[in-house]
Amino acid sequence: MAMAVNEIEALIKAALPDARVAIEDLAGDGDHYAATIVSEAFRGKSRVQQHQIVYAALRGRMGGELHALALQTSAPEQESPR
Amino acid sequence: MSGTTMSGQTNEPVRDRIQSEITANPVMLYMKGTAMFPQCGFSARVVQILTHLGVPFQTANVLEDMALREGIKQFSNWPTIPQLYVGGEFVGGCDIVTEMFQSGELETLMQEKGVSRPAA
Repeated sequence: MAMAVNEIEALIKAALPDARVAIEDLAGDGDHYAATIVSEAFRGKSRVQQHQIVYAALRGRMGGELHALALQTSAPEQESPR
Repeated sequence: MSGTTMSGQTNEPVRDRIQSEITANPVMLYMKGTAMFPQCGFSARVVQILTHLGVPFQTANVLEDMALREGIKQFSNWPTIPQLYVGGEFVGGCDIVTEMFQSGELETLMQEKGVSRPAA
């Protein structure tokens, strides 16, 4: 079983509407991806909590259909007050 | 003996085993394979990092026990293996451990939890 890039992106955006998502297919097999995700939902959260938010968005596919998803998560850079 | 009950909670024996292992071992790694023979690239990388840090660590091979393999995922609410625990607390999978190692946070965490490198 494998997943397509747009399927992963759609699931993440459904859960995190503000997210900026960039997904890279690491192995070309639909099973090993790297994703960089920026969303306000991550602000103030630990890395583990941030990744758990993404896994919840993927609704149980992580570790099953999707074998590997290297995650880089962060909150948007805060604009420095002028 | 399945690893999870109907409600998706880790069943008692598996949870108790995990709890005692992460309490008894300051650095506990649930992985695929063993430290000597890792059977997954991600598990192998975490073993490499721990070996590089030179801290003593214990491993459990989830491939030998399906109840543990599923139970550990429920225990930490984390869907993949490997899973690293330091001082009884879940630290993360391969990505997070690698990131923390590169930033020096992992070594700091080990020191905070009193995990020391054995004298040379």
